[in-house]
Amino acid sequence: MQEHVQLDQKQINKELLNGVLQMPKWWPGATAVVLVIFIVGLCAFGYMLNKGVGVTGLNRPVYWGFFMVNFVFWIGISHAGIMISAILRLTQAEWRRPVTRAAEVLTVFSLMAALMAAPLVHVGRPWRADLWVFPYDFARGVWINIRSPFIWDPSAVMTYLTASTLFVLVALLPDLAIIRDRSKGFTRVAYSVMCLGWRGTPRQWKLQAVAGILLSALVLPVFVSVHSIVSWDFAVQIGPEAWHSTIFAPYFIIGAIHSGVSAVATVMVLMVWLWGWKNYITPDHLDAIGRLLIIVATTWFFFFFLEWVFALYSLEAPELAMRDLQVFQWPWSGLFVLFLLTAFFIPVPMWLFRNLRRSLWAMFISTILVNVGMWLERFLIIIPGTMRRGHMIFDWGSYHPSLIEILMVAMTFAWVILGMLLFSKVFPLIPLFDIKEAMVGRDEIKVGRKTVPASIRE
Amino acid sequence: MSQRSVIGLFTDEDAAADALDTVRSAGFEQSEYEILTGTPYPEGAFGEEEPVHKLYRFPLIGAACGFIVGLLLTAGTQLAFPLVAGGKPLLSIPPMAIIMYEGTMLGAILFTVFGIVFESRLPRLFMGAYDTRITEGYIGLAITTSEDKTGRAEETLKGAGALEVKRGWES
Repeated sequence: MQEHVQLDQKQINKELLNGVLQMPKWWPGATAVVLVIFIVGLCAFGYMLNKGVGVTGLNRPVYWGFFMVNFVFWIGISHAGIMISAILRLTQAEWRRPVTRAAEVLTVFSLMAALMAAPLVHVGRPWRADLWVFPYDFARGVWINIRSPFIWDPSAVMTYLTASTLFVLVALLPDLAIIRDRSKGFTRVAYSVMCLGWRGTPRQWKLQAVAGILLSALVLPVFVSVHSIVSWDFAVQIGPEAWHSTIFAPYFIIGAIHSGVSAVATVMVLMVWLWGWKNYITPDHLDAIGRLLIIVATTWFFFFFLEWVFALYSLEAPELAMRDLQVFQWPWSGLFVLFLLTAFFIPVPMWLFRNLRRSLWAMFISTILVNVGMWLERFLIIIPGTMRRGHMIFDWGSYHPSLIEILMVAMTFAWVILGMLLFSKVFPLIPLFDIKEAMVGRDEIKVGRKTVPASIRE
Repeated sequence: MSQRSVIGLFTDEDAAADALDTVRSAGFEQSEYEILTGTPYPEGAFGEEEPVHKLYRFPLIGAACGFIVGLLLTAGTQLAFPLVAGGKPLLSIPPMAIIMYEGTMLGAILFTVFGIVFESRLPRLFMGAYDTRITEGYIGLAITTSEDKTGRAEETLKGAGALEVKRGWES
């Protein structure tokens, strides 16, 4: 990181708590807009509960529509937090510091949106979703069916949600103490309780450092398992034969990382624009995440290519039928081209240029495009997959999402944005103590005729 | 016996480190004094003793507990209602492994978080002597000792060059 601005702790507190201790002008309006979208989505959900799933576009043979696309999409975005936070923390990458908290919080709200999309909305009768996990007939000893992916999935997602939430909360303790020290009255009491009486002793700091590494190491295997298990929801299904792929787990994981890291880059740009944190998120940070994205996107494309090779090499009729739908049948063919352009062929060449990697606008547009593409990728796996045109032509059918489904998809997007906005009003989105540590452990050294920043690491 | 705590504030790392030496030489025990900072410093930056913790035991215990719960949930429930379906084995290892894996990881993570809070000596009901300027960059040197030694603690901190010395209740 060559572009370093040395700031004192007082200034860091003032600048990074500007969203918590003051009310940004745009915040009430933005929150109100997403709240309205969320409430409209909830109304659509209520309408579906009242009328039944017939109000959606789901029908034989396509029983997995927008809701499942959305579920896989949000699970993918949720991989942002752990990719950025855990891996960069374990590798001691300095540029992680201003990014980790926002990435972790994005994970938590994305996971909630995923749960909203699948168990809550998709099942049609959410009040019975608990029967997947809890036994419903103790008297006759009828227990849950652990052989079903619908048990694996909630166990993995709930483990990941619990772990991610605790990860965020543990790292928040020192920052809550900072807010406690800057607030008065009831707010002070609330933050005093939340920070558990944090004082900043060497013991507490040591435990905080160890916790970051230990929790990162523990959450990483969970992160790998979650999207693997989501992919097995597809791969172990008897129905759509085209999903019987052994490469699905790594392919889904790398796809999740691609969309998740892109989402983090989008959030980084928004943090600069909305809160004005340009001293903390510099073009160097965008440059670093841009370089990372080139690697991630290329690896994802490699897996995408392999998935196609394996599918076509087998010459199995269901596989070929699905590929035919994806590539040659309108409107899927148009969406397929759009998917390829937005997920890979537009953003990756952009990231190859240093100037574009360091540009807020270029990074914002390219990372939004990636997530448009990655949403379409899941759509193109699920919809042509479930359409499975086989020998029985009476079983052929298509899918047209209803307005109710579109509103509920919008509800999940509104939920994640609303969650991030509410979080930013109560807690700092950039970890103050992490930034301060970087300032304490940083100095300037002279190398020849150039003075460059140097970081001290333990 | 009730205890009182006293805190001295310093603006400079070197001054805080020198003050810690003065406090030590004034006869205060290691358990009586501690450095308070608003940011993590490298270990031993103030000449303080390295904190010892047993956090690494917590995830191991948690993982064992989680594994047992996962085993009971998978093997236990299937054996409790032994219904053979399609001639397939009652205890199917691949799905059992998934649930047991998630249980193990969840147990390890829950116990680790509990361990972090416990080993950090949190929650702390009585803040003792504290100053809000610590989270602004000041360095605090707090001495928590019996009431009869409070005066000596104050004198020591003042003598060590503290910018300000404050009192606070401990328990």
